[in-house]
Amino acid sequence: MQLLLEQALNGLQFGVTLLLMASGLTLVFGIMNLINLAHGSLFMVGAYVGATVAAYSHSFLLAVAAGMAAAAMTGMLMELLIMRRLYPREHLDQVLATFGLILFFNELVTIVWGRQPLSMPVPDWLSGAVEILPGVPYPTYRVAVLVVGIAVAVFLYLLVMQSRLGMRIRAGAANRDMINALGVNIVVLYTLVFGLGAALAGLAGVMAAPFMAVQAGMGENILILTFVVIIIGGIGSIRGAVIGALLVGVVDTLGQAYLPALFRLWLAPAAADSAGTALATMAIYVVMAGVLAIRPQGLFGARTA
Amino acid sequence: MRLLLLVALPLALALVPPAARLLDNVYLITLVRQALIYALAAMALDFIMGYGRLVSFGHAAFFGLGAYTVGILGTHYMQDLALLFGWAGSNEALLAWPLAMAISGAYALLVGLISLRTSGIYFIMITLAFAQMVYYLFVSLSAYGGLTGLSLWLPNTIAGFDLLADGLYFYYLCLTLLLLAWWLLARIVASRFGQVLQGCRQNERRMRALGYRTYGYKLTAFVISGAVTGLAGALLANHAGYVSPGLMHWSMSGELIIIVLLGGLSSLIGPIYGAIILLLLEQLLTTITPYWQIILGPILILVVLLFKGGLYGTLTRRGSQA
Repeated sequence: MQLLLEQALNGLQFGVTLLLMASGLTLVFGIMNLINLAHGSLFMVGAYVGATVAAYSHSFLLAVAAGMAAAAMTGMLMELLIMRRLYPREHLDQVLATFGLILFFNELVTIVWGRQPLSMPVPDWLSGAVEILPGVPYPTYRVAVLVVGIAVAVFLYLLVMQSRLGMRIRAGAANRDMINALGVNIVVLYTLVFGLGAALAGLAGVMAAPFMAVQAGMGENILILTFVVIIIGGIGSIRGAVIGALLVGVVDTLGQAYLPALFRLWLAPAAADSAGTALATMAIYVVMAGVLAIRPQGLFGARTA
Repeated sequence: MRLLLLVALPLALALVPPAARLLDNVYLITLVRQALIYALAAMALDFIMGYGRLVSFGHAAFFGLGAYTVGILGTHYMQDLALLFGWAGSNEALLAWPLAMAISGAYALLVGLISLRTSGIYFIMITLAFAQMVYYLFVSLSAYGGLTGLSLWLPNTIAGFDLLADGLYFYYLCLTLLLLAWWLLARIVASRFGQVLQGCRQNERRMRALGYRTYGYKLTAFVISGAVTGLAGALLANHAGYVSPGLMHWSMSGELIIIVLLGGLSSLIGPIYGAIILLLLEQLLTTITPYWQIILGPILILVVLLFKGGLYGTLTRRGSQA
């Protein structure tokens, strides 16, 4: 029971990381109608810059700020130079061009930081454990990630649903020609939204860095999971991204933890482990296929764009 | 220009081995052979992407499944290990290759049944997800090498003859199969079936209003494409001498899309040019820097921004409408 609680929290915490990625990507999807494969590269930039700053300054907060800033700058530069020209193009062209960006960024970090993966330690003041229930310790850092993720989700909700900027963003998603005709500077709005999404991806990168090896290509694995989140939730829907992220995070984590054990009930241990691991890595894709088979536009998607 | 591009290509490709002998560079044959195999897979992708507007971001799965069919059958045969009902696999191309096509085609049927309910971005992403599923399945299959994959001890025999060991025979076999696939797919595109498919590309709702069951047409095209890609996978297993889950990685799906777009969408022959260009670019750029992808990336972006319709489309001044 204690293990289940821990695993469920791990799943939520992974889901929160996915949410940071997914909210930016789904906004770009929904508003600019752009498939950005290079969103994972922004995650990677955040992780690399964060890990480097942390290694030199020994300050975690500085690392987070630097990672977010670097990702936001990279993102806005990307938007100004390339993405802007891709909005009216076919999805196919967008896939190819952003694929080119991935190749570029993966080689760039290899040239700058080398092929050896970096690692980022958990900061001292977050390295302990807290008792979430009497007698159930849980790593403080993971709690911190969970709290930051929830805070960002609330902030995004307020920004998108309550602020003037958010109103424009939603209007842009609904009908971009109309909002342009009404005198809102859609060009600046797009760059801002892109930068916001990039900063969130950078934040996700820095916060995930202590859990994973910081290396070229690290962004792509999480990118594909992020796509699964967005597709399950429905493109352009923040609410869908929240539900999708938590669903994918929990299903993936619990699957990895329990499926091998479950298979041992009727299979030999070796066979059970390999079948369980295989099914655990496939589980979220099965969930996604199931959702799409019933609701092709995702759980909260309005359009079948 | 168009006729020249159509005729010159098979001729030039047929002359590659003699030229390589003259230049005393036999490695060239192997190199171009690989491009031919990738071209076959990319041509199958162009068939649905260019004519049916079905942007599959998961064709690596069919490529890999075809290769693994050959790999697994061969491994069981070599180790005399029972595979199914006491049957210990086979090293015979006439059996393994059609089986590779059947297995890839069957998976394409499964993927298509679900994915074709969606369109646009959703279709791109769901095909990607199905490919990742197969990728992770084979990574975790430790019986077949897991992440490292399988080595083929010997290439397949053809009707019992050991033809593929000779690089020259293998080259011309790949070329023949590629040209055969081109002819066949071009016939399909020109047929009534192909016209309906292209009608779906332009306006699917209208096709449905005209009484066509577009879902069935698209599904059939998707399965044909998957099966041909499976054949390319079977060839690749023989070409490389090993199979690994890397063949099913999503970056392979991306590479196939790149080949189609570099060469020119909706042309079938374009992917042959695309595969050769990509191969030449790779060879050229690696001589400049080991970090060659930092140049390839911006090249791809420039191709998208400047040359719409790929090389073939630009040369024939016939921009793709898809």
